[in-house]
Amino acid sequence: MFDWLFALWPGLETTANLLSLQPPGWGGNLLRGAWASLQIAAGAFALGLLIGTFGALGKLYGGPVTRDLLAVYTTVVRAVPELILILILYYAGTDLLNQVLRAMGQRPVEISGVMAGIAVLGVVQGAYATEVLRGAIQSVPRGQLEAARAFGMGAVQTFRRITFPAMLPLALPGLSNLWLIATKDTALLAIVGFSELTLETRQAAGSTRAYFTFFLAAGAIYLTMTLVSGRIFGWIEARYRRGQVAQ
Amino acid sequence: MSRAFSRFADEVFVPHRLAMIAVALGIVIWAALSMRWHWIPRYSDLALQGIWRTLWLLGLSCLIGFALAVPLGLAQAAGPRFLAVPARAFCTAIRGTPLLLQLWLIYFGLGSLFPQFPWIRESELWPYLRQAWPYALLTLSLSFAGYEGEIMRGAFKSVPGGQLEAARSMGMSRFAILRRIWLPQALQRALPTLGGETVLQMKATPLVATITVIDIYAVASRVRQDTFIIYEPLLLLALVYMVIAGLIALAFKLLERRFNRGMVM
Amino acid sequence: MKKLTLLATTAFLAAAGMAQADQVRIGIAAEPYPPFSSPDAAGNWEGWEIEIIDAICTAAELDCVITPTSWDGIIPSLVSGRIDAIMNSMSITADRLQTIDFSDPYYNTPTVIVGQRDMEMDATPEGLAGLVLGVQVATIHQTYAQTYFEGETELRTYQTQDEVNQDLAAGRIDATQADSLALDDFLATDAGQCCELKGAVAHDEDILGAGVGAGVRKGDDELREAINRGIAAILEDGTYDEITSRYFATSIYGN
Repeated sequence: MFDWLFALWPGLETTANLLSLQPPGWGGNLLRGAWASLQIAAGAFALGLLIGTFGALGKLYGGPVTRDLLAVYTTVVRAVPELILILILYYAGTDLLNQVLRAMGQRPVEISGVMAGIAVLGVVQGAYATEVLRGAIQSVPRGQLEAARAFGMGAVQTFRRITFPAMLPLALPGLSNLWLIATKDTALLAIVGFSELTLETRQAAGSTRAYFTFFLAAGAIYLTMTLVSGRIFGWIEARYRRGQVAQ
Repeated sequence: MSRAFSRFADEVFVPHRLAMIAVALGIVIWAALSMRWHWIPRYSDLALQGIWRTLWLLGLSCLIGFALAVPLGLAQAAGPRFLAVPARAFCTAIRGTPLLLQLWLIYFGLGSLFPQFPWIRESELWPYLRQAWPYALLTLSLSFAGYEGEIMRGAFKSVPGGQLEAARSMGMSRFAILRRIWLPQALQRALPTLGGETVLQMKATPLVATITVIDIYAVASRVRQDTFIIYEPLLLLALVYMVIAGLIALAFKLLERRFNRGMVM
Repeated sequence: MKKLTLLATTAFLAAAGMAQADQVRIGIAAEPYPPFSSPDAAGNWEGWEIEIIDAICTAAELDCVITPTSWDGIIPSLVSGRIDAIMNSMSITADRLQTIDFSDPYYNTPTVIVGQRDMEMDATPEGLAGLVLGVQVATIHQTYAQTYFEGETELRTYQTQDEVNQDLAAGRIDATQADSLALDDFLATDAGQCCELKGAVAHDEDILGAGVGAGVRKGDDELREAINRGIAAILEDGTYDEITSRYFATSIYGN
């Protein structure tokens, strides 16, 4: 079907064969890697949101010790390269967890690469999410919270029904940026030998010596992931902004 | 000075902070005594060279990247379509792909093409093309340009149009408007983000170790390989990066204070 | 509160997936190292060492699973319990024996220098002076080159031997030091036409070690002995020779 195209451009046929989804093409491996990257990014983003929510609440309403500890956490994570945090957490994390389990009289466990990746990137994401959510919560008008209190709402109810919905549109641009960082940070797991997109690409490139082809192809996949998710976040943002007074 | 000190003292001499500082000191002392640090003297020269390489790669790539970011931002904010579209595409591609992949594409991807073009080895650039640092510098600069180009686009756009019109009505040339009004104001708007972006760039530098550049991260890896000590070099390395990040933040604070002097806020 | 912690731990353990009691995780580097271990396009690992691992595990009645990890973190992975054994062409050296234990050796190969065809050099410190030598990180070759060549020779350290070979073909480095079997494989490829064998380096038992063995955690004698039984069994019944004959022209067991 593409014969005329290949005749025009001989290199294209080799490229198409290399990237074919069926072995001996390596396209399937790249897509498997991309799927692993997406899973880790999604898990890390969710974990980061969870840590970030508690972190933001702790920074705003926690006691002095909580606030200072959270400040140490966000400062350290934002000042130390992700690669080093990943190395420390990846090796030390497993070690510590197993020592704790052993002390509790439990059997040591194997932590799958996916779980370790999610945990490590989640801790990193959590620090940034803390700052994003704190800023968003702070910009919810005070009057709304006072009104809620006047209605006799408790702290949890106020957060769930007033603070959370009001801050979400303000937090979305920051969160969308964090998601993009999460997808790109998964590439760092290649350095600890986890089979995500970048490592699959390196294996394919090394095995076939077609470095240029595979790195470009992987770039295209990453770009697709970020562009599509950018669209999705834009759509969510538009939805949540509806009905809000324009700033 | 004494007022600043007393304010500092007020912040620190609070019971819970003193307790936390005591705990932190305890951890540091415990780490110093019970972990293995005997390798430090043997590698101190190498480590200093590594820190120096990290610092100049960071400084130079930020300078080059920022110099590229200004035209990239301007092209997107006000340029004709044939300039705006490529500039936009460049920023999107850089910001949408991992730096590690860009680095490997530029180092190993270009390298894999060399054998097909034997004349490259005869060219005057070959002594540089053989080394790893030019690729690291190029990739880091392009990356910084991509992120900062996006910020400059916003900064150029946010300068009030009225000021530019006023300048035009006074008969200033387009270049003079750019140089005397538009650029300074855009720079002032971008400056608060620049410190943060530089810290992010610093956090990206250890990736260059994967293409054989011996920065401080590579030195720590070597200690890890030579001595089989896993955590100590990594912890010290984290400390080094925290100090560098602190210095960057401090430097930009001073810079911003100087830049804003005389400006009406 | 205690109940909650327990619940959280249980949930976490369930998600993490408990390791099956008797499964042995064999760590290999997650990058191509032909002809010993390389991934194919279908995502399977193949090569001489992969087949040997299989044979040893079968003979020793171990339930093994191949676990790719990063080469320069493979010893930390073993020590921290992410994997149970390393079988990835790792030489038994005095340095490594301080941190981990080894099984009996299962192959041995000389260490050689391969360099650009059009350059004069040999495998001595004088012969390599002024040149750029590439080695893979965390290998006996890195240690050897640091001990004997560094200073006069510029060393470049790569994450994988594959990348060293790639830069040798690109002409960015003048030579590499590695196992002769792995380099034979490279020299047989198109990219390897740039280069030729320049000689074997002078032996240093302390650094280059006494053959390749399976690395296990210190004190994990049960696994070490099981692997030793497996190695002895496949040498005895001819499986080892059968596998080797499909990859190499001569025996690679050594001695």
